[in-house]
Amino acid sequence: MDKHRVTTYEDIARENYWQTVWRRFRHHRLACVSLAVLAVICTAAILAPVIAPYDPEEIAGPFGAAPSFKFILGTDQIGRDMLSRLLYATRISLLVGVLATAISTAIGVILGLLGGYFGGWLDIAIMRFTDMVMSFPYILLVLVAAAIFEPGLWSIILILGFVDWPGIARLVRGNVLSLRETNFVKSSIVAGMPVRHILFSDILPNTVAPILVYATSVMALSMLDEASLSFLGMGVQPPAASLGNMLNSAQSMTVLTKQPWLWLPPGLLIVILVVAINFVGDALRDALDPSAVMTIRKAGTAVPGDEKEDGKGSHAEKGEGAV
Amino acid sequence: MTKYIIKRLLIALPTLIGITIIDYAIMCFAGSPLEMMQGARISQAAVAAKEAALGLDKPFYIQYIMWLGQLLQGNMGFSIKSYEAVSSMIGSHLGPTLLLMGVSLIVSLIMSVPAGIYSAIHQYSKGDYAVVTASFFGSSIPGFFLSLLLVYIFNVTLGILPSGGMVTLGTSGGAGDVAAHMVMPVLVLSVSMAGTNIRYIRSAVLEILQQDYLRTARAKGIGRRSVIYKHALRNALVPIVTVIGMQIPVLFGGAVIVEQLFSWPGLGLMTMSAILNRDYPVIMGVCLLSAVVVLLANLVTDIVYAVVNPAIQYD
Amino acid sequence: MLENDGMDTKPLLQVEGLKKYYTAKSGIFSRNIGEIRAVDGVSFSIHKGETLGLVGESGCGKSTLGRQIVGLEQPTGGRILYKGRDLSHMRKPELKAIRTQLQMVFQDSYSSLNPRKHIFEILAEPMLYHGLADRNNIHQKVEYLLDLVGLAKNALGRYPHEFSGGQRQRIGIAKALSLNPSLLVCDEPVSALDVSIQAQILNLLKNLQKELDLTSIFIGHGLGAVNYVSDRIAVMYLGQIVELADSRELFDHPLHPYSKALFDAVPLADPRTRKRLGGGVIEGEAEILPGPGEGCPFYPRCPRRSRECSAAKMELRPASEGSSHLVSCIHAGQEGVD
Repeated sequence: MDKHRVTTYEDIARENYWQTVWRRFRHHRLACVSLAVLAVICTAAILAPVIAPYDPEEIAGPFGAAPSFKFILGTDQIGRDMLSRLLYATRISLLVGVLATAISTAIGVILGLLGGYFGGWLDIAIMRFTDMVMSFPYILLVLVAAAIFEPGLWSIILILGFVDWPGIARLVRGNVLSLRETNFVKSSIVAGMPVRHILFSDILPNTVAPILVYATSVMALSMLDEASLSFLGMGVQPPAASLGNMLNSAQSMTVLTKQPWLWLPPGLLIVILVVAINFVGDALRDALDPSAVMTIRKAGTAVPGDEKEDGKGSHAEKGEGAV
Repeated sequence: MTKYIIKRLLIALPTLIGITIIDYAIMCFAGSPLEMMQGARISQAAVAAKEAALGLDKPFYIQYIMWLGQLLQGNMGFSIKSYEAVSSMIGSHLGPTLLLMGVSLIVSLIMSVPAGIYSAIHQYSKGDYAVVTASFFGSSIPGFFLSLLLVYIFNVTLGILPSGGMVTLGTSGGAGDVAAHMVMPVLVLSVSMAGTNIRYIRSAVLEILQQDYLRTARAKGIGRRSVIYKHALRNALVPIVTVIGMQIPVLFGGAVIVEQLFSWPGLGLMTMSAILNRDYPVIMGVCLLSAVVVLLANLVTDIVYAVVNPAIQYD
Repeated sequence: MLENDGMDTKPLLQVEGLKKYYTAKSGIFSRNIGEIRAVDGVSFSIHKGETLGLVGESGCGKSTLGRQIVGLEQPTGGRILYKGRDLSHMRKPELKAIRTQLQMVFQDSYSSLNPRKHIFEILAEPMLYHGLADRNNIHQKVEYLLDLVGLAKNALGRYPHEFSGGQRQRIGIAKALSLNPSLLVCDEPVSALDVSIQAQILNLLKNLQKELDLTSIFIGHGLGAVNYVSDRIAVMYLGQIVELADSRELFDHPLHPYSKALFDAVPLADPRTRKRLGGGVIEGEAEILPGPGEGCPFYPRCPRRSRECSAAKMELRPASEGSSHLVSCIHAGQEGVD
């Protein structure tokens, strides 16, 4: 943080939007630490093929050996190096998290834009469909889908992606509804700009902030869900390693009590990743808060958005996946 | 307000129908739903005869109507594995799950409501930071990991709590025994729920505290304590009600994993083994049931909302 | 587009019997219980180079009228004729071309500019899209626009929140002018500004009218402002025009009781002028009630009302033979010249 250079009013006035966000984000120390931690973990995961001491599927040592110089985190029950497996597992878990979030965000944004902007029957249909999908308890839906469509890496990614979008869709729709009434959107309509311009160039950039915040919680949730599913055997299948299925072995009493190196590292890593993502997301929400970013605005032209404007978000806000 | 309730009920109907359709559609992926209704123990000839009788040769939307008809009569199909009626299976496993869910809900509320309110009132204090950080961790730990930790600590190391089941094997139980078995599953469920709840209640109460009418009350000379406890908290009832409503669907999902881990003989365990065995009739029956419960929970929440807050209108 | 007759006596814009009704709903099934007549049969015409002022209190329908002209709302009845062609019966591609000819300046300058874009983008995008500029000359054109409204070039890289209200309104005007419109609808452009800035913007508008031979509709509720920029003024009440006359004429001889009261409400420094413009104190508030409407909309509050007023259908008629001063009050002119 700048100790030698005071931020003056002129500096603030001249900032563009993202600079302001970053400046405000920096005030949240925990979030900055989390960001750094995430960066380290992600880099390690991406570089796994380069830095892992052993091939994760190679039986390199004795069964279930405790940590030693040769195997920093010990070996698992069939003799594979834990550290290497951990690195690759993190990779997979991150991949699932990112891709599932990307898919559900894309679906949610598009449906939200369409419903919110065009209104009428399209909107009603989309909202009813959203309600229906949200009514099914999340875990159940995912488990069932995993049961029907054989589990595997890509099934899991697609399933999570197709189940997470309702929250984003509602969020985007609400924002679009109020943005639609603002004068700059009306001004674009009067200027004869095409619908795609209005949607993607006028409306979308102004709702990026809440989407970003929500996406971080979706990502945290996807990672938790992947872990839970893999733990239950419905997610990433062995021999591929994911943080979840590495914990599977801990169901046996011997492992639980006598071989903590088999389950503590993956478990802790999940917790760290999810906590870090949550911290970042929370700080991002504060930093992106529009009421403090811009100078004083006139009273808004917003209209009430969704009927259920009461914070009844999707499971992503309820933290369902944590259990 | 009655108008609102009626309107709300009417809105719920299409969603309900939609849920049955989705349920039916998913089942179609897995096999023929109508077939599953009848059970699997039939010979080939009987199958053919039954097919005509069942109407399996009819188009799928007719099958849907027939399936729906059966459903409304209470027939949810038969388990592929145990040939038991799904409805009776659900009935026998419902009790333990309700017990678990109910207690977890209460415990999580006991944890989160005071903490959330305290945190909001003393914003930016050390206590606030502690609460917020704790809630972060609470909602970030995967349930199964927490379960493992708890079992490790209380069962393996300390040996004071049983590691699974509802009653100690061989005994007939008793309230104390059941309670001991419940401690860890309830902890797991309530901790993760509390994590989210605390954040939600905290931000809701914060928002209330910033309202101008509180400033007016202070300006009128009403003491700070009185302002908070008499004026502000009354309005906190609304977010608390919302939170309760939000928890019902979460509980359903959470129960599945926790029951599996602690061998708690409830719906979750039943569902989990059904999933592992690809026992679709059971799976879909439970899905349908839970979706309906969620719908009802949302409905009741909305109605309680309308009762508590007279300003709500449904456009 | 050149008219065939060089004198251009055909009006640029004609509005005939324009209506905008909103349905009021109530009950569980949202039954329609009546209509809110925001705009209730408005007719007038504007010629090239003219500025028509539209004045009335909040809720009288002037903004709705303005929005219908630029296409933000669809009329429920009546016609809008632009250069003689009916806008409601045009096919999409034709309409698209004409839309750019009818532009609007909004009241709230801040919300009319996308807060995420800098000024260059805001001004350049419509021009580039419609082919009024290309990559080579876009900078010139944008700079020309800024110059026109009295802003410096360095505004281009800045964001809307960095400007003051008056400057933002200038940008809004520049944006509206960027498409070379034939008609500019100004919807209360100065109502949200400080009084001292109002004067600046009004002067700007007046100068632009002259420089660019702009045709415009100026909507406002401040009589002084409207009078300053307008050639003719229409007074609206509850969705209808109750009086329409040249500015000077209206100011000197308001005939409709409502207009008189409006002028009365303007604080006047000169006590002699105050006495001259009689009228009475109006009570109550203008309320648009759903329900059938016959007779004068001002009936409930009018100090001069009589039985005929509630029954007769109100029409704008010339105050006297051949006069261009139109008024809808049947008692107009009866108490002698004020």
